[in-house]
Amino acid sequence: MTFATDTAPALPPKVETPFQRFVADFAESPVAVAALATFAAVLFVALAAPLISPQNPYDLRQIDIMDSRLPPGGQSLAGMTFWLGTDGQGRDMLSAMFYGLRTSLFVGAMSGMFALAIGMCVGLSAAYFGGRVDTIVMRIVDLQLSFPAILVALILLAVLGKGVDKIIIALIAVQWAYYARTVRGSALVERRREYIEAATCLGLSHKRIVFRHLLPNVMPPLIVVGTVQIAHAIALEATLSFLGIGLPVTEPSLGLLIANGFNYMLSGKYWISIFPGIALLITIVSINLVGDQLRDVLNPRLQK
Amino acid sequence: MTVFITRRLLQSCLVIFVMSLIVFFGVNVIGNPIDILINPEADQAEIERAIKALGLDRPIHEQYLVFIQRAFEGDLGRSFVFGEPALKLIMQRMPATLELALCAMLISIVLGIPLGMWAGLKPESAAGKSIMGFSILGFSLPSFWVGIMLIMIFAVMLGVLPSTGRGQTVGLFGLQVSFLTWDGLAHLLLPAVNLALFKLSLVIRLARAGTREVVLQDYVKFARAKGLSPSRIVLVHVMKNIMIPVVTILGLELGSVIAFSVVTETIFAWPGMGKLIIDSINLLDRPVIVAYLLMTVFMFITINLVVDILYSILDPRVRLQDIKG
Amino acid sequence: MTSNFPTLVVEDLRTYFYTKAGVVKAVDGISFTVDRGEILGLVGESGSGKTVTGFSIMGLVDPPGRVAGGRILFKGDDIAGLPDDAMRTLRGNRIAMIFQDPMMTLNPVLRIDTQMIEAIKAHNAVSNDEARRRARDILGRVGIPSPDERLKAYPHQFSGGMRQRVSIAIALLNDPDLIVADEPTTALDVTIQGQILYEVQKLCRESRTAMIWITHDLSVIAGLADRISVMYAGRIVESGQVDEVLDRPLHPYTRGLIGSVPSENRRGVPLAQIPGMTPSLLNLPPGCAFRARCPRADNACLTPPEMTLAAPGREVRCFHPHLA
Repeated sequence: MTFATDTAPALPPKVETPFQRFVADFAESPVAVAALATFAAVLFVALAAPLISPQNPYDLRQIDIMDSRLPPGGQSLAGMTFWLGTDGQGRDMLSAMFYGLRTSLFVGAMSGMFALAIGMCVGLSAAYFGGRVDTIVMRIVDLQLSFPAILVALILLAVLGKGVDKIIIALIAVQWAYYARTVRGSALVERRREYIEAATCLGLSHKRIVFRHLLPNVMPPLIVVGTVQIAHAIALEATLSFLGIGLPVTEPSLGLLIANGFNYMLSGKYWISIFPGIALLITIVSINLVGDQLRDVLNPRLQK
Repeated sequence: MTVFITRRLLQSCLVIFVMSLIVFFGVNVIGNPIDILINPEADQAEIERAIKALGLDRPIHEQYLVFIQRAFEGDLGRSFVFGEPALKLIMQRMPATLELALCAMLISIVLGIPLGMWAGLKPESAAGKSIMGFSILGFSLPSFWVGIMLIMIFAVMLGVLPSTGRGQTVGLFGLQVSFLTWDGLAHLLLPAVNLALFKLSLVIRLARAGTREVVLQDYVKFARAKGLSPSRIVLVHVMKNIMIPVVTILGLELGSVIAFSVVTETIFAWPGMGKLIIDSINLLDRPVIVAYLLMTVFMFITINLVVDILYSILDPRVRLQDIKG
Repeated sequence: MTSNFPTLVVEDLRTYFYTKAGVVKAVDGISFTVDRGEILGLVGESGSGKTVTGFSIMGLVDPPGRVAGGRILFKGDDIAGLPDDAMRTLRGNRIAMIFQDPMMTLNPVLRIDTQMIEAIKAHNAVSNDEARRRARDILGRVGIPSPDERLKAYPHQFSGGMRQRVSIAIALLNDPDLIVADEPTTALDVTIQGQILYEVQKLCRESRTAMIWITHDLSVIAGLADRISVMYAGRIVESGQVDEVLDRPLHPYTRGLIGSVPSENRRGVPLAQIPGMTPSLLNLPPGCAFRARCPRADNACLTPPEMTLAAPGREVRCFHPHLA
């Protein structure tokens, strides 16, 4: 099934660890490396937002309503320069974006992690135990995946209401099924391999077989799906917040910043919406590009 | 064929039943039904009267039966905001959403299949690569962001297209439609393009992948060996083969287009059911929310059913299997 | 039809594939002639270049491959390197091809009538009714019962043998001068194979159509072809009248091929086999390509052998042929 057997290459002069090999393969695409660097920068900005922001946009003492809607490069009454302008409340857009990025990434990462954990457990158990467990679980997964993510999120948020915790729950509910399906799919393939049989023959416990033997082997596709899903989650959160049913105004993410700016856009004050929009775009596109390259590198069928 | 359709119908009924259970218990268990179904501004006496009227004092399985019975009669409650039956409100808004969604689907097919086939026939050409680049962007960009950009470019900066509303509508078979007037078309264009973008990218990818696979098939080479013109090979032999998966998947996506119209309708103030649900969530107009969710689920299942049947008509191989089975 | 030229003369045909790994010389200087009513068997293992030869004649070699040299004279005119538009008027019209796998050659989503009528209308200005009548007649001729109804069927409603009959009917639609048949019976049951061979031979003789029958199966060729050319690694290594070549093979490779065919009179004797595998056509070593697998190879074989006349009508490319 793979070409690995008949085209066994001559041994490389230095023995690479799989990780070194992975890094080398990944670095083959300059676009992907650039995307990874961009994402690292985005991540740094999000983590260090309180340290590097010119002002704390949620500290009312630092904000003056008189500074509202200044264009990029405008000066505040106190002499501060707003490089990307200010919003309707007179907040520095640059600072607001840094904080918004922080919220967006936090929500994306948290929901992704929990969804991954849940999806992984469900998918692994479905594949490992098979039979009726598998049938029931996969029916639910299929049913959920037949509805678009935004609709599922809409249903949940309509019932739960606004809030960081609520939107994380909604995003977990939206995503877990993708992980479950992916894990089950690759775990089913791996389960038939001899090493699992060998582990079973050794009398290892279910838990040990699943987590120490099966899990590491289903990680590659999971990582790929995970990258794409986090980009989706960030986009979906931004969309829901833009619609006004995601995050509360007290904790604005990029989506909410864009929504706030949207009201001013028709009067030509483009910067309030555009800059957070660009930040969102850079984040999503860089994650997707990294994900694309990961898929190529980790896909066993494409391995040289 | 009849066996096939009957079996599918039964399956769909089962799914609708399960979904009605989920929505009903979602509303009644996760949320407080009194909050959801009764006007929050009502006083204590009113609330008690309403609880009795709604049967909320009865056991939950009985409530479910009543709920189902009413749903069959087309009664899904009254809107607090509009004071009208929720179902009627949704039905009033539905034509606008359907018009938008169908228009978006049309754009994605009419543009997506030729573009995707082009990219599939000439994957290494500059055009082929640009088409793919466009489709990758279309996948990555959040739909609301693209909508904002469209408004900024075409409505604010160039000022050539309107950014909100439906424009002038005319009646067609008792429905109000926009696409028959110039003003309506101008209003329809940006939202439809916005909504189409994601599906357009999807169609491009599917058509490209399909084309690349089909041109390698022996029957394409055989068609060339028959001395057919390249246009006939591409337009008949290749296109008919890729249409089947594309139409199937796109048909399944109609539901998701309707769901995503929530975003587009909000941005462009398009008076459809998507805008209604967002407004209702923000105004806590709960009967409308419940009615919308049930309607959408129902619509989804109907679409899936229709697509399955269409698919079996389009692909002669599936038809045969059914005759045999 | 009055020309004195043979239907097809292939001279020193070279078809190369320019891949990233290097140039693959799939067909490397082959020559043969087929005339009206004659069936030439082109025999070789998979990868010997026989199918590429067929596609070269049809002008259907896809990039990165192309005809890199030689001439393909069809009734006296060189059609190698003819622009695709001009080639298209010949393809399916004067030169037809039958493919190997009948399951794959008919478009699964188009009805048989569509696929037949389009082939007629691509080359003739006839009405739909006229084309349909012709399609029906030819379906009947290749042995398809109730052709009127079958015309409206889809390919998957036919068995493999019936599908191949349809492909043959499509090849015959425009009464071609030359048919290139690329292993058309390989994918079929032996009984069906026999019927089809018989009918093709009959049709070919009746209409005086020239035919190239590409196969790896010597038992098929034995009863069918007039002459045979054996290909190995892109070159013809032996050619001659079919009986002579099969009875008294000159090239060690031909001998090996014949030895590996099971036959009744050698019951219980283990089948001979040719050791090794077909060499990779990428960077073939110089000299005789069969050298590494040949029991007779010696130092002389390090230089490439030329095609030499061994007897009237018999040619062989070997320094050590099995001469009587």
